Amino acid sequence: MTAATLSPADLTADRSPFAQFLGDVWVLTKRSLARIRREPETLSDVTIQPVMFVLMFAYVFGGAIGIPGGGSYHSYLIGGMLGMSLAQTAPGTAVAVVSDMETGLIDRFRSLPMSRAAVLTARTLADLLTQVIGAAVVALVGLAIGWRITGGAGGAIEAFALALLFGYAFTWAGVCLGMVLRSPEVAQQAGFIIFLPLTFISSAFVPTQGMPGWLQPVAEWNPMSSLAAACRQLFGNPNPASAVHAWPEQHPELAVICWAAAMLVVFAPLAVHLYRTKAH
Amino acid sequence: MSDTPAVEAEGLIKNYGKTRALNGLDLSVAQGTVYGLLGPNGAGKTTAVRVLATLLRADGGRARVLGHDVAAQPAAVRRTIGLTGQYAALDEYLTGRSNLIMIGQLSRLTGKAARRRADELLEQFDLTEAASRAVKTYSGGMRRRLDLAASLIGHPAVLFLDEPTTGLDPSARALMWDIVRKLVADGTTLLLTTQYLDEADQLASRIAVVNGGKVIAEGTPSDLKASLGGQRLLITLAEESDAATAAEALRPFTTRRVRGSDCGQVLDLPVTAVDGLATEVVRALDAAGVKVSDIAVRSASLDDVFLTLTGHKAEEEAPKDTDKKEVAA
Repeated sequence: MTAATLSPADLTADRSPFAQFLGDVWVLTKRSLARIRREPETLSDVTIQPVMFVLMFAYVFGGAIGIPGGGSYHSYLIGGMLGMSLAQTAPGTAVAVVSDMETGLIDRFRSLPMSRAAVLTARTLADLLTQVIGAAVVALVGLAIGWRITGGAGGAIEAFALALLFGYAFTWAGVCLGMVLRSPEVAQQAGFIIFLPLTFISSAFVPTQGMPGWLQPVAEWNPMSSLAAACRQLFGNPNPASAVHAWPEQHPELAVICWAAAMLVVFAPLAVHLYRTKAH
Repeated sequence: MSDTPAVEAEGLIKNYGKTRALNGLDLSVAQGTVYGLLGPNGAGKTTAVRVLATLLRADGGRARVLGHDVAAQPAAVRRTIGLTGQYAALDEYLTGRSNLIMIGQLSRLTGKAARRRADELLEQFDLTEAASRAVKTYSGGMRRRLDLAASLIGHPAVLFLDEPTTGLDPSARALMWDIVRKLVADGTTLLLTTQYLDEADQLASRIAVVNGGKVIAEGTPSDLKASLGGQRLLITLAEESDAATAAEALRPFTTRRVRGSDCGQVLDLPVTAVDGLATEVVRALDAAGVKVSDIAVRSASLDDVFLTLTGHKAEEEAPKDTDKKEVAA
């Protein structure tokens, strides 16, 4: 077939394991981004969807939602939208992981002399990049409907950083979901079932004060509420949660960091474990 | 070429819940040969390949690839192997060329070497024209070829091919066979699983017949055929009721006793070929008063081997979900 063989100069075997890991992450991240370049519609959940949600909430529901303590609903909305648009990329992550399991691509990766940590790291990094796009889209639509940052540049940077940390933690949950589910369709549905209540039973779109008493603690301890409150506080937007006594509402930034850390500590090792052991 | 077997397995055991997929499988594949694992769906072929390719851990026994233990030194094993599974393991959205370059870089080639190898392989596998199209536009045969090219990009010394032609049309299958033959000429060791007897017969220099998670027969294709007595005598009777009489009359010719009650109108008898066999057979039947409508002598096929060993035909489709389970488990 071919007499051509590989010379040592063709191999990266002499590179350190860490350099090989970075190389593999780069190759695989490029792979995920190439898909976006070929099929930009895969980005619709961080582009078209947030625009639709912002406009619908701002102009359809917004007029009917009062903000305790006063303030514009348009300004209130964006902190919540940011969390939603980032967390809801997790089902997409799950779908991508199941598809790779299903096609046998993960098996192929597992049979190659490549870094085993690289596959999942690259997956989550590529999704983090789509989340950056999602955050930018939400901010731009927000600016268009009258949302403003009044809390200073430092606060705004902190808010976006918290939001992306939160989104990145969710991505690992998505990886785990993808590892244990059987098909992309199931992953899509599971994502819907998990993330819809997570988003809506929170202060992302409505203040918790209007919810029935038994539901209020659920919403107040929902990580989505913490992120929304933290962003509102840092952006200088109306934040009715500051009047709620629950600990996460009083310390939203710390609560976001705790939630994100807890999710990363649980889901990242779990995802790696599943990747190592699970033979789909 | 050293004497270390390319692949060896001793007493491999693998359980999936209560199902025993591998039940003491032994194997030894010499370097530079094509070895066929032949068996029906659910026989344990895929499980064996997955253990050997470090994707699954066996529950018992041990296996080595070019001397490296698959459980203790998986990284060393992965540097020497290529794997092509039953389903094309490719990124649907990338082009054929990008897929090869990606797999090449992940197989520890530099970017430059990966691009060079990708172009060589696209050329060899007749995919140059389709190279810049997304894989999801490829036909089944093109996917299999690209998949095989991907597993060759790092020049593996040992290649595992798990049912490389299942589901392909005859011309795509012939093309795969050509490619496989050229690979062997290159010195690559090939472990091939198949449920097609003609495929094992055509490609493999040695065959292990696998059933119930272990090897039930092993040898060259001609060894296996010879073990059944070489030739088969097929006699079609005019009257089915003569079967017992005919079988009795032909006992001196057969290498193994066949009961007339087990046969229908067609007697399929293992015989040793000698000159004038057909004439003598006709005489003997005539003397016994049996009317014959057709008589033929043929060589034993691997089908006969398989039927004799396992009690059922190789290509008899087991229920489809058994197959799935083997892959999914």
